[in-house]
Amino acid sequence: MNRRTALYELHVAWGAKMVPFAGWDMPLHYGSQISEHHVVRRGAGLFDVSHMAVVDIAGADARSFLRQLLANDVAKLEHPGQALYSCMLNEEAGIIDDLIAYLRPGGRYRLVMNAGNRERDLAWLRTRVAGHDVQIRERRNLAILALQGPGAEKILSQVLDASLGVAGAKLAPFCGVWKGEWLVARTGYTGEDGFELILPNAAALELATGFCDAGAVPVGLGARDTLRLEAALNLHGSDMDESLNPLETGLGWTVAWEPEARDFIGRSALSAYRERGAIWRRAGLVMDGPGIPRGGQLVHFSNGGQGVVTSGGFSPTLGKGIALARIPVGCAGVETAEIEIRGRRVAAHRIRPPFVARGTGLQGAEVVA
Amino acid sequence: MSEIPGDLKYAKSHEWVRREDDGRITIGITDHAQEELGDLVYVELPELERELTATEDMAVVESVKAASDLYSPVTGRVVEVNQALADTPELINSDPYGEGWILRLQPAADADFEALLDSEAYEAVAAAGDG
Repeated sequence: MNRRTALYELHVAWGAKMVPFAGWDMPLHYGSQISEHHVVRRGAGLFDVSHMAVVDIAGADARSFLRQLLANDVAKLEHPGQALYSCMLNEEAGIIDDLIAYLRPGGRYRLVMNAGNRERDLAWLRTRVAGHDVQIRERRNLAILALQGPGAEKILSQVLDASLGVAGAKLAPFCGVWKGEWLVARTGYTGEDGFELILPNAAALELATGFCDAGAVPVGLGARDTLRLEAALNLHGSDMDESLNPLETGLGWTVAWEPEARDFIGRSALSAYRERGAIWRRAGLVMDGPGIPRGGQLVHFSNGGQGVVTSGGFSPTLGKGIALARIPVGCAGVETAEIEIRGRRVAAHRIRPPFVARGTGLQGAEVVA
Repeated sequence: MSEIPGDLKYAKSHEWVRREDDGRITIGITDHAQEELGDLVYVELPELERELTATEDMAVVESVKAASDLYSPVTGRVVEVNQALADTPELINSDPYGEGWILRLQPAADADFEALLDSEAYEAVAAAGDG
Protein backbone atom coordinates (compact mmCIF):
# COMPACT_ATOMS: atom_id res chain seq x y z
CA MET A 1 0.00 0.00 0.00
CA ASN A 2 1.48 3.30 -1.06
CA ARG A 3 1.64 6.27 1.27
CA ARG A 4 -0.79 9.12 0.74
CA THR A 5 -0.30 12.81 1.35
CA ALA A 6 -2.70 14.90 3.41
CA LEU A 7 -4.25 16.06 0.13
CA TYR A 8 -4.98 12.63 -1.35
CA GLU A 9 -8.78 12.99 -1.18
CA LEU A 10 -8.55 16.49 -2.62
CA HIS A 11 -6.52 15.25 -5.61
CA VAL A 12 -9.11 12.58 -6.29
CA ALA A 13 -11.94 15.11 -5.95
CA TRP A 14 -10.08 17.38 -8.41
CA GLY A 15 -10.04 14.52 -10.94
CA ALA A 16 -6.34 13.64 -10.70
CA LYS A 17 -4.86 10.66 -12.46
CA MET A 18 -3.08 9.15 -9.46
CA VAL A 19 0.09 7.14 -10.07
CA PRO A 20 2.58 5.34 -7.83
CA PHE A 21 5.73 7.41 -7.34
CA ALA A 22 8.57 6.51 -4.95
CA GLY A 23 6.18 4.62 -2.69
CA TRP A 24 3.47 7.29 -2.75
CA ASP A 25 0.20 7.75 -4.63
CA MET A 26 0.71 11.08 -6.36
CA PRO A 27 -1.21 13.13 -8.96
CA LEU A 28 0.33 12.86 -12.45
CA HIS A 29 -2.09 15.39 -13.94
CA TYR A 30 -5.67 16.57 -13.54
CA GLY A 31 -6.66 16.28 -17.21
CA SER A 32 -3.97 17.89 -19.34
CA GLN A 33 -0.31 18.02 -18.39
CA ILE A 34 0.39 20.59 -21.11
CA SER A 35 -2.24 23.08 -19.94
CA GLU A 36 -0.99 22.67 -16.36
CA HIS A 37 2.52 23.47 -17.62
CA HIS A 38 1.30 26.68 -19.29
CA VAL A 39 -0.60 27.73 -16.15
CA VAL A 40 2.67 27.81 -14.20
CA ARG A 41 4.42 29.87 -16.91
CA ARG A 42 1.53 32.33 -17.18
CA GLY A 43 -0.46 32.31 -13.93
CA ALA A 44 -0.12 30.27 -10.77
CA GLY A 45 0.00 26.52 -10.23
CA LEU A 46 -0.26 24.58 -6.98
CA PHE A 47 1.78 21.40 -6.48
CA ASP A 48 1.54 18.90 -3.65
CA VAL A 49 5.11 17.72 -3.09
CA SER A 50 4.58 16.30 0.38
CA HIS A 51 6.19 13.05 -0.75
CA MET A 52 9.60 14.69 -0.47
CA ALA A 53 11.67 13.78 2.57
CA VAL A 54 11.92 16.40 5.32
CA VAL A 55 14.78 15.79 7.72
CA ASP A 56 15.58 18.06 10.67
CA ILE A 57 19.14 18.34 11.90
CA ALA A 58 19.58 19.68 15.42
CA GLY A 59 22.24 19.59 18.15
CA ALA A 60 25.34 21.54 19.07
CA ASP A 61 27.26 20.17 16.07
CA ALA A 62 24.49 20.58 13.48
CA ARG A 63 26.37 23.24 11.56
CA SER A 64 29.75 21.53 11.53
CA PHE A 65 28.07 18.21 10.64
CA LEU A 66 26.37 19.68 7.57
CA ARG A 67 29.52 21.58 6.57
CA GLN A 68 31.12 18.15 6.32
CA LEU A 69 28.15 16.35 4.70
CA LEU A 70 27.28 18.86 1.98
CA ALA A 71 29.32 20.09 -0.98
CA ASN A 72 27.84 23.56 -0.64
CA ASP A 73 28.51 25.40 2.61
CA VAL A 74 25.69 25.97 5.12
CA ALA A 75 27.89 28.65 6.71
CA LYS A 76 26.49 30.87 3.92
CA LEU A 77 23.10 30.74 5.66
CA GLU A 78 22.82 33.74 7.97
CA HIS A 79 19.12 34.29 8.57
CA PRO A 80 16.50 31.75 9.62
CA GLY A 81 14.50 30.68 6.56
CA GLN A 82 17.40 31.21 4.18
CA ALA A 83 17.88 28.30 1.77
CA LEU A 84 20.87 26.65 0.13
CA TYR A 85 20.86 24.21 -2.77
CA SER A 86 23.52 21.51 -2.39
CA CYS A 87 24.65 18.08 -3.43
CA MET A 88 25.42 15.43 -0.83
CA LEU A 89 28.40 13.46 -2.14
CA ASN A 90 29.93 10.09 -1.37
CA GLU A 91 33.69 9.69 -0.87
CA GLU A 92 34.20 9.38 -4.64
CA ALA A 93 32.28 12.66 -5.16
CA GLY A 94 29.29 10.81 -6.65
CA ILE A 95 25.99 12.53 -6.01
CA ILE A 96 23.96 10.65 -3.38
CA ASP A 97 21.23 13.27 -3.60
CA ASP A 98 20.58 16.93 -4.20
CA LEU A 99 18.67 18.85 -1.57
CA ILE A 100 17.69 22.19 -0.13
CA ALA A 101 18.96 23.06 3.34
CA TYR A 102 17.05 25.71 5.30
CA LEU A 103 18.37 27.44 8.40
CA ARG A 104 15.97 27.18 11.33
CA PRO A 105 15.89 29.47 14.33
CA GLY A 106 18.36 28.41 17.01
CA GLY A 107 21.08 27.14 14.68
CA ARG A 108 19.14 24.07 13.55
CA TYR A 109 18.59 23.04 9.94
CA ARG A 110 15.95 21.42 7.78
CA LEU A 111 16.82 19.35 4.72
CA VAL A 112 14.33 18.65 1.94
CA MET A 113 15.43 15.67 -0.13
CA ASN A 114 14.13 13.52 -2.98
CA ALA A 115 11.37 11.08 -2.06
CA GLY A 116 13.02 8.30 -4.03
CA ASN A 117 16.24 8.64 -2.03
CA ARG A 118 14.67 8.83 1.43
CA GLU A 119 16.09 5.58 2.79
CA ARG A 120 19.50 6.00 1.19
CA ASP A 121 19.82 9.59 2.46
CA LEU A 122 18.77 8.76 6.01
CA ALA A 123 21.08 5.77 6.14
CA TRP A 124 23.99 7.91 4.91
CA LEU A 125 23.32 10.69 7.43
CA ARG A 126 23.06 8.15 10.25
CA THR A 127 26.28 6.40 9.27
CA ARG A 128 28.12 9.69 9.35
CA VAL A 129 26.73 11.06 12.58
CA ALA A 130 29.05 9.15 14.91
CA GLY A 131 31.15 11.51 17.01
CA HIS A 132 28.86 14.51 16.40
CA ASP A 133 26.38 15.98 18.85
CA VAL A 134 23.61 15.87 16.25
CA GLN A 135 20.03 14.66 16.23
CA ILE A 136 18.59 13.51 12.90
CA ARG A 137 14.83 13.43 12.77
CA GLU A 138 12.68 12.57 9.79
CA ARG A 139 9.45 14.57 9.86
CA ARG A 140 6.45 12.61 8.71
CA ASN A 141 3.71 14.95 9.87
CA LEU A 142 4.48 17.78 7.45
CA ALA A 143 3.04 18.68 4.06
CA ILE A 144 4.89 20.59 1.33
CA LEU A 145 2.98 22.77 -1.11
CA ALA A 146 4.59 24.66 -3.98
CA LEU A 147 2.81 27.72 -5.34
CA GLN A 148 4.59 28.62 -8.56
CA GLY A 149 4.21 31.10 -11.38
CA PRO A 150 4.09 34.85 -12.04
CA GLY A 151 0.75 35.02 -10.18
CA ALA A 152 2.05 33.22 -7.07
CA GLU A 153 3.00 36.28 -4.99
CA LYS A 154 -0.43 37.89 -5.23
CA ILE A 155 -2.23 34.67 -4.29
CA LEU A 156 0.16 33.99 -1.43
CA SER A 157 -0.40 37.41 0.14
CA GLN A 158 -4.19 37.08 -0.26
CA VAL A 159 -4.46 33.65 1.32
CA LEU A 160 -1.90 33.51 4.13
CA ASP A 161 -2.70 35.24 7.42
CA ALA A 162 -1.70 38.89 7.35
CA SER A 163 1.72 38.74 9.01
CA LEU A 164 2.95 35.68 7.10
CA GLY A 165 1.43 36.90 3.83
CA VAL A 166 3.19 40.26 4.05
CA ALA A 167 6.52 38.72 5.06
CA GLY A 168 6.22 36.01 2.39
CA ALA A 169 5.51 38.44 -0.44
CA LYS A 170 8.62 40.45 0.48
CA LEU A 171 11.01 37.50 0.40
CA ALA A 172 13.99 37.55 -1.94
CA PRO A 173 14.75 34.33 -3.90
CA PHE A 174 16.10 31.55 -1.67
CA CYS A 175 14.94 33.31 1.48
CA GLY A 176 12.24 32.14 3.84
CA VAL A 177 10.29 33.02 6.91
CA TRP A 178 9.35 30.76 9.83
CA LYS A 179 6.22 31.05 11.92
CA GLY A 180 5.95 28.25 14.45
CA GLU A 181 5.91 25.02 12.44
CA TRP A 182 5.30 26.89 9.19
CA LEU A 183 8.03 27.76 6.70
CA VAL A 184 7.34 29.93 3.67
CA ALA A 185 10.30 30.14 1.29
CA ARG A 186 10.84 31.69 -2.12
CA THR A 187 12.09 28.50 -3.76
CA GLY A 188 10.82 26.11 -6.41
CA TYR A 189 11.56 23.69 -9.21
CA THR A 190 9.91 25.33 -12.20
CA GLY A 191 12.06 28.26 -13.35
CA GLU A 192 9.34 30.68 -12.31
CA ASP A 193 8.88 32.93 -9.33
CA GLY A 194 7.12 31.09 -6.54
CA PHE A 195 7.04 29.71 -3.05
CA GLU A 196 7.38 26.43 -1.23
CA LEU A 197 5.48 26.05 2.01
CA ILE A 198 6.18 23.44 4.65
CA LEU A 199 3.42 23.14 7.23
CA PRO A 200 1.65 20.62 9.47
CA ASN A 201 -0.40 18.03 7.57
CA ALA A 202 -3.47 19.12 9.49
CA ALA A 203 -3.37 22.59 7.91
CA ALA A 204 -2.63 21.49 4.33
CA LEU A 205 -6.17 20.93 3.09
CA GLU A 206 -7.41 24.37 4.08
CA LEU A 207 -4.37 26.08 2.58
CA ALA A 208 -4.53 24.18 -0.72
CA THR A 209 -8.23 24.91 -1.07
CA GLY A 210 -7.59 28.56 -0.22
CA PHE A 211 -4.90 28.91 -2.89
CA CYS A 212 -7.15 27.37 -5.52
CA ASP A 213 -10.16 29.48 -4.51
CA ALA A 214 -7.88 32.49 -5.02
CA GLY A 215 -7.02 31.41 -8.58
CA ALA A 216 -4.20 28.86 -8.38
CA VAL A 217 -4.68 25.75 -10.52
CA PRO A 218 -3.65 22.27 -9.32
CA VAL A 219 -0.65 20.94 -11.23
CA GLY A 220 0.60 17.35 -11.22
CA LEU A 221 4.01 15.73 -11.23
CA GLY A 222 3.93 15.40 -15.03
CA ALA A 223 4.07 19.15 -15.59
CA ARG A 224 6.56 19.48 -12.73
CA ASP A 225 8.94 17.40 -14.84
CA THR A 226 8.51 19.38 -18.08
CA LEU A 227 8.80 22.67 -16.16
CA ARG A 228 12.03 21.64 -14.45
CA LEU A 229 13.41 20.33 -17.75
CA GLU A 230 12.75 23.66 -19.49
CA ALA A 231 14.41 25.37 -16.52
CA ALA A 232 17.34 22.92 -16.90
CA LEU A 233 17.08 21.84 -13.27
CA ASN A 234 18.64 18.42 -12.82
CA LEU A 235 16.60 15.43 -11.72
CA HIS A 236 18.43 12.98 -9.47
CA GLY A 237 18.33 9.49 -10.95
CA SER A 238 18.23 10.90 -14.50
CA ASP A 239 20.72 13.76 -14.89
CA MET A 240 22.89 12.72 -11.96
CA ASP A 241 23.47 9.80 -9.64
CA GLU A 242 26.13 8.28 -7.42
CA SER A 243 28.37 7.52 -10.41
CA LEU A 244 28.60 11.17 -11.48
CA ASN A 245 30.04 14.21 -9.76
CA PRO A 246 28.77 17.82 -9.71
CA LEU A 247 31.33 18.98 -12.31
CA GLU A 248 30.04 16.42 -14.81
CA THR A 249 26.41 17.37 -14.32
CA GLY A 250 26.38 21.15 -14.54
CA LEU A 251 26.46 21.64 -10.79
CA GLY A 252 29.98 22.99 -10.34
CA TRP A 253 28.45 26.27 -9.14
CA THR A 254 26.96 24.49 -6.10
CA VAL A 255 30.33 23.33 -4.79
CA ALA A 256 31.82 25.69 -2.18
CA TRP A 257 35.60 25.33 -2.59
CA GLU A 258 36.25 28.15 -0.14
CA PRO A 259 37.29 28.03 2.63
CA GLU A 260 39.92 25.57 1.56
CA ALA A 261 40.12 24.06 5.03
CA ARG A 262 36.52 22.77 4.89
CA ASP A 263 36.97 19.09 4.20
CA PHE A 264 33.53 18.06 2.95
CA ILE A 265 32.91 14.45 1.97
CA GLY A 266 33.94 13.94 -1.65
CA ARG A 267 36.22 17.00 -1.72
CA SER A 268 39.50 15.20 -2.35
CA ALA A 269 38.02 13.03 -5.12
CA LEU A 270 36.41 16.06 -6.73
CA SER A 271 39.66 18.06 -6.53
CA ALA A 272 41.53 15.21 -8.15
CA TYR A 273 38.95 15.01 -10.95
CA ARG A 274 39.22 18.74 -11.52
CA GLU A 275 43.01 18.63 -11.62
CA ARG A 276 43.09 15.71 -14.05
CA GLY A 277 40.77 17.69 -16.31
CA ALA A 278 37.04 17.13 -16.66
CA ILE A 279 35.88 14.39 -19.06
CA TRP A 280 32.16 15.13 -19.21
CA ARG A 281 30.05 18.21 -19.09
CA ARG A 282 26.36 18.99 -19.20
CA ALA A 283 24.76 20.45 -22.32
CA GLY A 284 21.33 21.61 -23.47
CA LEU A 285 19.97 20.51 -26.85
CA VAL A 286 16.99 21.76 -28.82
CA MET A 287 15.60 19.57 -31.63
CA ASP A 288 15.64 20.97 -35.15
CA GLY A 289 14.15 17.86 -36.69
CA PRO A 290 11.04 15.87 -35.75
CA GLY A 291 10.85 13.67 -32.69
CA ILE A 292 11.14 13.87 -28.94
CA PRO A 293 14.48 13.08 -27.29
CA ARG A 294 14.37 10.70 -24.32
CA GLY A 295 16.81 9.72 -21.61
CA GLY A 296 19.41 7.17 -22.70
CA GLN A 297 19.48 8.14 -26.39
CA LEU A 298 22.89 8.78 -27.96
CA VAL A 299 24.09 12.20 -29.04
CA HIS A 300 26.49 12.28 -32.01
CA PHE A 301 28.82 15.17 -32.82
CA SER A 302 30.51 15.91 -36.13
CA ASN A 303 33.97 15.52 -34.52
CA GLY A 304 33.14 11.91 -33.66
CA GLY A 305 32.35 12.61 -30.02
CA GLN A 306 29.39 10.86 -28.47
CA GLY A 307 27.23 11.85 -25.52
CA VAL A 308 23.98 10.69 -23.99
CA VAL A 309 20.61 12.29 -23.28
CA THR A 310 20.03 12.32 -19.52
CA SER A 311 16.54 13.90 -19.62
CA GLY A 312 14.50 14.61 -22.71
CA GLY A 313 10.98 15.56 -23.52
CA PHE A 314 8.59 17.90 -25.23
CA SER A 315 8.86 21.54 -24.24
CA PRO A 316 5.34 22.98 -24.17
CA THR A 317 6.76 26.53 -24.10
CA LEU A 318 9.00 26.07 -27.15
CA GLY A 319 6.73 23.57 -28.92
CA LYS A 320 9.61 21.20 -29.67
CA GLY A 321 11.79 18.51 -28.18
CA ILE A 322 14.52 19.50 -25.72
CA ALA A 323 17.13 17.54 -23.84
CA LEU A 324 19.76 17.74 -21.17
CA ALA A 325 22.75 15.65 -22.16
CA ARG A 326 26.11 14.57 -20.84
CA ILE A 327 28.72 15.22 -23.54
CA PRO A 328 32.49 14.86 -23.81
CA VAL A 329 34.33 18.04 -22.87
CA GLY A 330 35.95 17.83 -26.34
CA CYS A 331 32.56 18.55 -27.93
CA ALA A 332 31.98 21.71 -25.91
CA GLY A 333 32.69 23.92 -28.93
CA VAL A 334 30.48 22.00 -31.37
CA GLU A 335 27.20 23.83 -31.90
CA THR A 336 25.16 21.14 -33.62
CA ALA A 337 24.54 17.50 -32.89
CA GLU A 338 22.36 14.58 -33.91
CA ILE A 339 20.26 12.65 -31.44
CA GLU A 340 19.68 9.00 -32.26
CA ILE A 341 15.95 8.42 -31.90
CA ARG A 342 14.81 4.86 -32.68
CA GLY A 343 17.70 4.24 -35.05
CA ARG A 344 17.40 7.55 -36.87
CA ARG A 345 19.71 10.51 -36.37
CA VAL A 346 17.75 13.73 -35.91
CA ALA A 347 19.31 17.21 -36.02
CA ALA A 348 19.59 19.29 -32.86
CA HIS A 349 21.53 22.35 -31.77
CA ARG A 350 23.25 23.24 -28.54
CA ILE A 351 22.07 25.98 -26.25
CA ARG A 352 23.36 27.16 -22.93
CA PRO A 353 20.75 25.99 -20.39
CA PRO A 354 18.15 26.93 -19.26
CA PHE A 355 15.76 26.61 -22.19
CA VAL A 356 13.09 28.79 -20.60
CA ALA A 357 13.21 31.19 -17.67
CA ARG A 358 10.41 33.33 -16.25
CA GLY A 359 8.03 32.32 -19.02
CA THR A 360 10.42 33.20 -21.84
CA GLY A 361 12.36 31.03 -24.26
CA LEU A 362 16.05 31.90 -24.22
CA GLN A 363 18.74 32.19 -26.89
CA GLY A 364 16.12 33.40 -29.33
CA ALA A 365 14.24 30.12 -29.06
CA GLU A 366 10.78 30.99 -30.29
CA VAL A 367 7.93 30.61 -27.83
CA VAL A 368 4.76 29.16 -29.32
CA ALA A 369 1.56 31.05 -28.67
CA MET B 1 -14.86 5.25 -17.94
CA SER B 2 -13.51 5.59 -21.43
CA GLU B 3 -15.62 5.39 -24.57
CA ILE B 4 -15.62 2.09 -26.52
CA PRO B 5 -17.92 2.32 -29.58
CA GLY B 6 -19.87 -0.86 -30.30
CA ASP B 7 -19.47 -0.65 -34.08
CA LEU B 8 -15.66 -0.94 -34.14
CA LYS B 9 -13.22 -3.83 -33.81
CA TYR B 10 -10.23 -3.73 -31.49
CA ALA B 11 -6.77 -5.15 -30.99
CA LYS B 12 -5.43 -6.12 -27.56
CA SER B 13 -2.69 -3.55 -28.09
CA HIS B 14 -5.35 -0.78 -27.90
CA GLU B 15 -5.84 0.06 -31.58
CA TRP B 16 -9.36 0.40 -32.99
CA VAL B 17 -10.25 -0.73 -36.50
CA ARG B 18 -13.13 0.28 -38.78
CA ARG B 19 -13.93 -1.30 -42.16
CA GLU B 20 -15.01 1.39 -44.62
CA ASP B 21 -17.51 0.91 -47.45
CA ASP B 22 -14.68 0.73 -50.00
CA GLY B 23 -13.14 -2.21 -48.15
CA ARG B 24 -10.26 -0.22 -46.70
CA ILE B 25 -9.50 -0.30 -43.01
CA THR B 26 -9.12 2.78 -40.81
CA ILE B 27 -6.98 2.44 -37.68
CA GLY B 28 -6.60 4.63 -34.62
CA ILE B 29 -5.95 4.26 -30.90
CA THR B 30 -8.70 3.88 -28.36
CA ASP B 31 -9.97 6.48 -25.93
CA HIS B 32 -8.60 4.29 -23.15
CA ALA B 33 -5.14 4.30 -24.78
CA GLN B 34 -5.03 8.09 -25.24
CA GLU B 35 -6.09 8.55 -21.61
CA GLU B 36 -3.29 6.28 -20.45
CA LEU B 37 -0.71 8.03 -22.65
CA GLY B 38 -1.61 11.59 -21.69
CA ASP B 39 -1.13 14.61 -23.97
CA LEU B 40 0.17 13.47 -27.38
CA VAL B 41 2.99 15.63 -28.77
CA TYR B 42 4.39 13.75 -31.78
CA VAL B 43 3.34 11.01 -34.19
CA GLU B 44 5.67 9.10 -36.50
CA LEU B 45 3.71 7.73 -39.45
CA PRO B 46 4.73 5.03 -41.96
CA GLU B 47 5.47 5.63 -45.65
CA LEU B 48 2.60 5.21 -48.06
CA GLU B 49 2.56 1.84 -49.87
CA ARG B 50 4.40 0.13 -47.03
CA GLU B 51 3.29 -3.48 -46.60
CA LEU B 52 2.44 -4.28 -43.00
CA THR B 53 2.00 -7.68 -41.42
CA ALA B 54 -0.49 -8.10 -38.59
CA THR B 55 1.12 -7.17 -35.20
CA GLU B 56 4.04 -5.41 -36.94
CA ASP B 57 5.09 -1.92 -35.70
CA MET B 58 3.25 0.58 -37.88
CA ALA B 59 3.67 3.94 -36.15
CA VAL B 60 4.98 5.60 -33.01
CA VAL B 61 3.02 7.99 -30.83
CA GLU B 62 4.84 10.11 -28.30
CA SER B 63 3.07 11.64 -25.36
CA VAL B 64 4.55 13.98 -22.78
CA LYS B 65 5.32 10.78 -20.87
CA ALA B 66 6.91 8.38 -23.37
CA ALA B 67 7.06 6.94 -26.86
CA SER B 68 4.74 4.01 -27.65
CA ASP B 69 4.70 1.70 -30.65
CA LEU B 70 1.46 1.08 -32.46
CA TYR B 71 0.94 -2.32 -34.06
CA SER B 72 -0.91 -3.04 -37.26
CA PRO B 73 -4.01 -5.03 -36.31
CA VAL B 74 -4.21 -6.61 -39.78
CA THR B 75 -2.00 -7.42 -42.76
CA GLY B 76 -2.22 -4.90 -45.58
CA ARG B 77 -0.77 -1.97 -47.51
CA VAL B 78 -0.71 1.62 -46.21
CA VAL B 79 -2.89 3.73 -48.52
CA GLU B 80 -3.40 6.87 -46.46
CA VAL B 81 -1.96 8.48 -43.33
CA ASN B 82 -3.51 11.28 -41.26
CA GLN B 83 -1.27 14.21 -42.21
CA ALA B 84 -3.10 16.49 -39.76
CA LEU B 85 -1.35 14.69 -36.92
CA ALA B 86 2.01 16.16 -37.93
CA ASP B 87 0.96 19.58 -36.65
CA THR B 88 -1.87 18.64 -34.30
CA PRO B 89 -1.12 15.31 -32.62
CA GLU B 90 -3.52 16.39 -29.86
CA LEU B 91 -6.39 15.40 -32.19
CA ILE B 92 -5.76 11.90 -30.87
CA ASN B 93 -6.61 13.12 -27.37
CA SER B 94 -9.60 15.20 -28.32
CA ASP B 95 -11.20 12.89 -30.90
CA PRO B 96 -9.57 9.44 -30.90
CA TYR B 97 -12.29 7.78 -33.02
CA GLY B 98 -12.72 10.69 -35.46
CA GLU B 99 -10.23 13.41 -36.40
CA GLY B 100 -7.53 11.56 -34.51
CA TRP B 101 -7.43 8.52 -36.81
CA ILE B 102 -3.90 7.31 -37.63
CA LEU B 103 -3.86 5.56 -41.01
CA ARG B 104 -5.75 3.52 -43.61
CA LEU B 105 -4.78 0.13 -44.96
CA GLN B 106 -5.85 -1.87 -47.96
CA PRO B 107 -6.19 -5.23 -46.16
CA ALA B 108 -4.75 -8.38 -47.69
CA ALA B 109 -7.54 -10.62 -46.41
CA ASP B 110 -10.83 -10.31 -44.52
CA ALA B 111 -9.96 -13.01 -42.01
CA ASP B 112 -7.67 -10.74 -39.95
CA PHE B 113 -10.45 -8.25 -39.43
CA GLU B 114 -12.96 -10.87 -38.37
CA ALA B 115 -10.54 -12.23 -35.80
CA LEU B 116 -10.26 -8.90 -33.94
CA LEU B 117 -11.98 -8.22 -30.61
CA ASP B 118 -15.48 -6.80 -30.40
CA SER B 119 -16.19 -3.90 -28.06
CA GLU B 120 -17.21 -6.14 -25.18
CA ALA B 121 -14.03 -8.22 -25.36
CA TYR B 122 -11.94 -5.06 -25.63
CA GLU B 123 -13.67 -3.54 -22.62
CA ALA B 124 -12.42 -6.51 -20.59
CA VAL B 125 -8.87 -5.93 -21.90
CA ALA B 126 -9.00 -2.23 -21.03
CA ALA B 127 -10.43 -2.95 -17.57
CA ALA B 128 -7.72 -5.52 -16.86
CA GLY B 129 -5.08 -2.95 -17.80
CA ASP B 130 -6.49 -0.58 -15.20
CA GLY B 131 -6.12 -3.14 -12.43
